[in-house]
Amino acid sequence: MVTVQEAPSVTAPARRPRRKGDGRAAALYLAPAGVLLAALLAYPIYQLVLISFYDYGQPQAAGNAPLVFLGFANYAELLSQAQFWTVLGKTVGFAAACVAGSLIVGTGLAVLASRVRSLPRTLLFLAALGAWSTPAIAGSYVWLFLFDTDFGLVNEVLSGLGLPFEHHSWTFGTLDAFGLVAAEVIWCSFPFVLVTMYAGIKGVPDEVLEAASLDGASAWRTTWTIVLPMVRPLLMIATVQSIIWDFKVFTQIYVMTNGGGVAGRNLVLNVYAYQQAFAGQEYGLGSAIGVVMTLLLLSVTGLYVRTQRRSEAWL
Amino acid sequence: MAVKRPGRLIAEVVTVVIAGIVAFPLYWMLLSAVKPPGEIQSANPKPWTFSPSFDSFSRVLTVSGFGRYFVNSLLVALVVVALSLLLSFLSAVALTRFSFKGRTVLLVMTLVAQMVPVEALTIPLFFLMRQIGGVVPAFGLNELGSLVLVHLAFSLPFAIWMLRGFVAAVPVELEDAAALDGASRMRFTWQILFPLVAPGLVAVSVLAFIHAWNDFLFAKTFIVSKTENQTLPQAILVFFKPEDTDWGAVMASSTLMTIPVLVFFVLVQRRLVSGMAGAVKG
Repeated sequence: MVTVQEAPSVTAPARRPRRKGDGRAAALYLAPAGVLLAALLAYPIYQLVLISFYDYGQPQAAGNAPLVFLGFANYAELLSQAQFWTVLGKTVGFAAACVAGSLIVGTGLAVLASRVRSLPRTLLFLAALGAWSTPAIAGSYVWLFLFDTDFGLVNEVLSGLGLPFEHHSWTFGTLDAFGLVAAEVIWCSFPFVLVTMYAGIKGVPDEVLEAASLDGASAWRTTWTIVLPMVRPLLMIATVQSIIWDFKVFTQIYVMTNGGGVAGRNLVLNVYAYQQAFAGQEYGLGSAIGVVMTLLLLSVTGLYVRTQRRSEAWL
Repeated sequence: MAVKRPGRLIAEVVTVVIAGIVAFPLYWMLLSAVKPPGEIQSANPKPWTFSPSFDSFSRVLTVSGFGRYFVNSLLVALVVVALSLLLSFLSAVALTRFSFKGRTVLLVMTLVAQMVPVEALTIPLFFLMRQIGGVVPAFGLNELGSLVLVHLAFSLPFAIWMLRGFVAAVPVELEDAAALDGASRMRFTWQILFPLVAPGLVAVSVLAFIHAWNDFLFAKTFIVSKTENQTLPQAILVFFKPEDTDWGAVMASSTLMTIPVLVFFVLVQRRLVSGMAGAVKG
């Protein structure tokens, strides 16, 4: 069912000398997307930063009270909150676990898939496509149900094995709750890594692999020293995408921990900002969290791209 | 890699077992959706049922106006797919095939835009949609148009960047030949380039569809008071109450929500792997 077509290979860049009217045509072609992105991405970023400098509550949002410029007061308040630092720590730890998990599982299975015949491979890909296509909210509910305190299969099986898991709550304790959410996130995000990495591995020329096997290289060694280095640009894309996705998980945390857990102990930055802004009506403070989150994400991915970039022509 | 190796059988058994584990939550979802009422909320859940019933489905379909939310979700997702394909294709063509000043800057901006967490922009986007609603009501708060706009903003940077590789892979000679035959730039773009980058378009449409279909945060934030414009993720919440959840209905609605994405995936999966590979090589 899942077949790999020969992907277009980009050896020679298809650039040609400038032609008359290129600039005007480009402007025409780029205008629709450009206008949209300027209005819905660039302008909101500017607004986010702006709001974060104001005392912006419900009266201000409704236009019933004058705006008071606070400077960095929202940030100062945020950084002095013990809760902010806890949430930040949990966000980073949670995202890192999800990224590592999806990359290890996805890449490992891609290597495995490239070594088996088509029937088991097809089964694996079908299962992965199924997990991939499950909407975040549906996936959250299924995992919640599997791990339900009273009616969950997991508790039933574990206590059946004699382990002390009868009526165990998987959503109460911080480690349990984050572990459960991370498992769901990895489950629905490793397929992207699998498909991407598998496509890359299939792109490694057969001659290279044959040469390696003639030289007596073991499968393990071939994978580590030949295949993985050759698919590094792909690995980087998978990593960057995973970082971007896992840092801003909202639905899973919100649904599975019922809005961030009892007394907000299972929050991540995203849900925290949402709660501050839309439940607490502290838009200024919520925006400050948004700015921190954006900076964090930009620097993590930026740093990663930078360290990897020297080996690859990125653009 | 057709080289016969010892241990391949073990690898194959492992693969099948892992496939089973990965698919299990989906099996459980479907099973729980068709279990008869007494068997779902049981302290002793069985991994099979001998008397499948559609009780849960009929509860979902009759009680909650599920159809309406389903249509809303589908409408938003399909419009987002169509518009992202159109806009990202045009941009990708401009960024790869035309040379003009500022091209590199725009490419870098596309890359950076992908890293912007759209979720962090919920607050300004909420105010923006309120403003837009004052001018063009169909795109304001409580309207599906606002969801279309925000999902487009999310999917475009990635889509443009993904399609670049495909557009770049089409040989320049083809364009020159077309020009010699008198084809205009517009005609070349749509009649020759567009069909040639089909795998990329498929990958783009999958990602855009999934994103729009899955969205919970923006639907929750933007569609505040007009319940008839809510989308599926919010509709499911109705059955979920921490103390008294109707798990049968939750699993049935989750199943119904997963089906369109699965159908979409099955329709395009042959092109998907090559789409990913092409995007990545570009």
